Amino acid sequence: MQWETVIGLEVHVQLSTQSKIFSSSPTAYGADANTQADEVDLAFPGTLPVANKQAFKSAVMFGLAINASIEHASVFERKNYFYPDLPKGYQTTQLEKPIVGKGYITIPCSGSGDSKKIRIHHAHLEEDAGKSLHEDFLGMSGIDLNRAGTPLIEIVSEPDIRSAEEAIAFLKKVHAIVTYLDISDGDMSQGSLRCDANVSIRPMGEEKLGTRTEIKNLNSFRFIEKAIHVEVERQKDILEFGGSIRQETRLYDSEKNETRSMRSKEEANDYRYFPCPDLLPVIIDQKTIDDLKQAMPELPEQRFERFQSEFDLSAYDASILTELRQTADYFESVVNACQDAKLSANWVMGELSAFLNKHDVLIENSPIKPEQLAGLITRIKDQTISGKIAKQVFEMMANGKGTADEIIEAQGLKQVSDSGAIETMVDGVIQNNADQVAQYLAADADKRKKLIGFFVGQVMKVSKGQANPGQVNQILAKKLNN
Amino acid sequence: MKALHELTVAQIQQQLIEKKFSSREITEHYLNRIDTLNSDYNCYITVDANGALTAADKADQAIAAGSRAPLLGVPIAHKDIFCTKGVATTCGSRMLANFVSPYDATVVSKMKVAGTVMLGKTNMDEFAMGSSNETSFFGPVKNPWDVETVPGGSSGGSAAAVAAQLAPAATGTDTGGSIRQPAALCGITGIKPTYGRVSRYGMIAFASSLDQAGPMTKTAEDAAILLNSMSGLDHKDSTSLDTTVPNFTATLDDSLAGLKIGIPKEYFDQRLDTAMADAVQVALAELEKLGAKLVDIELPNSALSVPAYYVIAPAEASSNLSRFDGVRYGYRCEDPEDLEDLYTRTRSEGFGDEVKRRILVGTYALSAGYYDAYYRKAQQIRRLIKEDFVRAFEQVDIIAGPTAPSTAFKFGAKTADPVAMYLEDIYTIAVNLAGLPAMSLPAGQLENMPIGMQLVGNYFAEQKLLNVAHQFQLATQWHTSTPTSLKG
Repeated sequence: MQWETVIGLEVHVQLSTQSKIFSSSPTAYGADANTQADEVDLAFPGTLPVANKQAFKSAVMFGLAINASIEHASVFERKNYFYPDLPKGYQTTQLEKPIVGKGYITIPCSGSGDSKKIRIHHAHLEEDAGKSLHEDFLGMSGIDLNRAGTPLIEIVSEPDIRSAEEAIAFLKKVHAIVTYLDISDGDMSQGSLRCDANVSIRPMGEEKLGTRTEIKNLNSFRFIEKAIHVEVERQKDILEFGGSIRQETRLYDSEKNETRSMRSKEEANDYRYFPCPDLLPVIIDQKTIDDLKQAMPELPEQRFERFQSEFDLSAYDASILTELRQTADYFESVVNACQDAKLSANWVMGELSAFLNKHDVLIENSPIKPEQLAGLITRIKDQTISGKIAKQVFEMMANGKGTADEIIEAQGLKQVSDSGAIETMVDGVIQNNADQVAQYLAADADKRKKLIGFFVGQVMKVSKGQANPGQVNQILAKKLNN
Repeated sequence: MKALHELTVAQIQQQLIEKKFSSREITEHYLNRIDTLNSDYNCYITVDANGALTAADKADQAIAAGSRAPLLGVPIAHKDIFCTKGVATTCGSRMLANFVSPYDATVVSKMKVAGTVMLGKTNMDEFAMGSSNETSFFGPVKNPWDVETVPGGSSGGSAAAVAAQLAPAATGTDTGGSIRQPAALCGITGIKPTYGRVSRYGMIAFASSLDQAGPMTKTAEDAAILLNSMSGLDHKDSTSLDTTVPNFTATLDDSLAGLKIGIPKEYFDQRLDTAMADAVQVALAELEKLGAKLVDIELPNSALSVPAYYVIAPAEASSNLSRFDGVRYGYRCEDPEDLEDLYTRTRSEGFGDEVKRRILVGTYALSAGYYDAYYRKAQQIRRLIKEDFVRAFEQVDIIAGPTAPSTAFKFGAKTADPVAMYLEDIYTIAVNLAGLPAMSLPAGQLENMPIGMQLVGNYFAEQKLLNVAHQFQLATQWHTSTPTSLKG
């Protein structure tokens, strides 16, 4: 039978506010355990929450970016359950009146130039929990509450996603939006962006949704994709053999590449939501929303469009360059400094990205700064160096040997465009390769085109790559053909 | 000349400045009294003699240096629901019997800034859940007027400490009557301000939307003096009111001529003992003599306040008390086998019966399928009750009636019947649901036991309440009456 996959995602994005959502503790990642948790985060008796204004601004900006309605009086509720890394015994979150209402996110459809709208049910603000550490405690568990109280927005999609690939495209888009808005660092390795996937399948053409399972806490694009694939296969196997799917929460085990049951619907907590009496409804007036709208930075789609129109890039290049804000920022800095968009795009997507991938470095930490890359491109443009030499210069820049000009100067890599000097080199090569010259002269026009490459190579070798290849070709052809 | 423990806060303030005695002298005097008498009444859970003497010496130096902090050198007691840095904060529970707070509640730090000297922490019903002080893990407080009877609750330790003259004044908290009812039963003055007037930060939460702190004192004037220092916006409490705090002592002497006092007929129905009703009528007649006019009013939804309260308060409490899980502080059961066992035994062993009862009731009221029938319905009733008061205050300036349905009752009289105990707060609870200010002041006696009169004001009308109470106290002597046991 043909099956259709139906996916809804819940994406948790940590907001990069200075302090936590309900306390003044810092939110920085990686500090020693429990050093960034004050009496409020530790839920000491008598402590009270105070909502962080910046978290609300960030959430409103996200809402505006996904064309959503903004709730003017959003309400925090308590979600009650016991867990050691949840110090208050409840999570302060939003349920009935979330800050961001219905909206949508557009994703590209794979393989075609089309795009697709994924509807957003709502997005709400909430606090993150701490972390339970199960290693290094001799059979006991440790609790680190540094993360407790970090502001999150949870973005809940409608079940509009039809494949693992669309799920990834959606997540990448969420990632792009939050990083463009600069409301989150979007760093999945640090848990800044996490996702739960609700997955079900149904016979192709069927309208009724199948029973879904929720796969918890997926923290890399690769695992999300794999987890969805294995879960879909698992469900197919069950349904095709006449079984039925249990509504349950499942955990993805990346080592075994399988999902396994965590708890069934019956075992699910009754969270006993009710409005948090310690926090009044948060009132956001239209003026605040309008001001934020005015101050909105450029969004990924706008930049994608602009890169095509302003820099004459292909849709493909523009989409690659705008996927990450940092890449787009880098690219634009290079273009601004060298005024050649095509070369800049080629170098950023080619040499630079290969180098960064190889060394596992983020573009914002690139050892080659945009101005340096622009300096290199400028020297290619003005023919000071050839593309080939440029790659050597690039390597040296990456190793901290200075700017392109400094390296070209120090290493004497300047391209030789002096026709007299090139002629001397060409003459030498012709003299030293009499056999090849004879072969060349005996060949027909087609063959000659191939054979000339040998001579070009020899001249370049003699010039240590510095001879202007165009001139070499020209002079060789002139001398050999006469 | 009066003994030091007979002085009001106003008198202590004055005489400290006049150097009639030092803060150390009066502090030592109280510490000695506590040493001798606390075992009779069990008012204090913790006495901080060293801390008190250090603070007193500092206050004396400040007085010598000319400082005029409003309560400089005045000893007071704090209900053990307020977190006090470095001093045990138990909330009357085994759960926190070993808990020393790392920080001061806003009320505590404000009182420190005002110059007070903390004698110790007063006994209370466990987590403020009770109307008789019988639920305290540290044993019941005894009413100084008759040690066979309860002092009321939950601020019973504070009320009894003031009545037994083991503190000139104390702080209390009031979620459904916990300042006013013990004040009534112990013959002292207590005010619960408008919700949000006093910061809740550092006050261990029972029911967040109802909890409010206030002073418990010998006189309305003292209550006004203390309230001046306790009140004000606190950025650590989102429900704290962003409104100017008036000087509560400035209007104490205003005339009551033309004051309209509403008398709700629902507060004088068959449930009120006739002798109590008569005594309150006599007190009201006194107010009439002072120029006030009594107006009959109706609060038609009054009868619904107890059921609504006993859904909302336990619901909030069930969530507020989740943090007591044995993980980070407080009681932890011995050798837990696993997480489930840690939670189950810690909470079973750490909480007393009344607390457990309310956690169960609250959990039930919030659970899936019951939320609409209980919690949502209770919130709707809460709005109706509030509207009753709003309508009433269109006609009258304040509302008056009895604070409690009877004088202090015997230990054990109501412990077997929770509902009978809950009805103890029948006149006080509606005020918390509406968030209004209210106070209780001594207004008569029945068989040598004090009777409290409750005054309820409109939002932010603490000044008016204190003014009326002060004028009443200028005209009567009930507030100066002390338990016979103290006279020996």
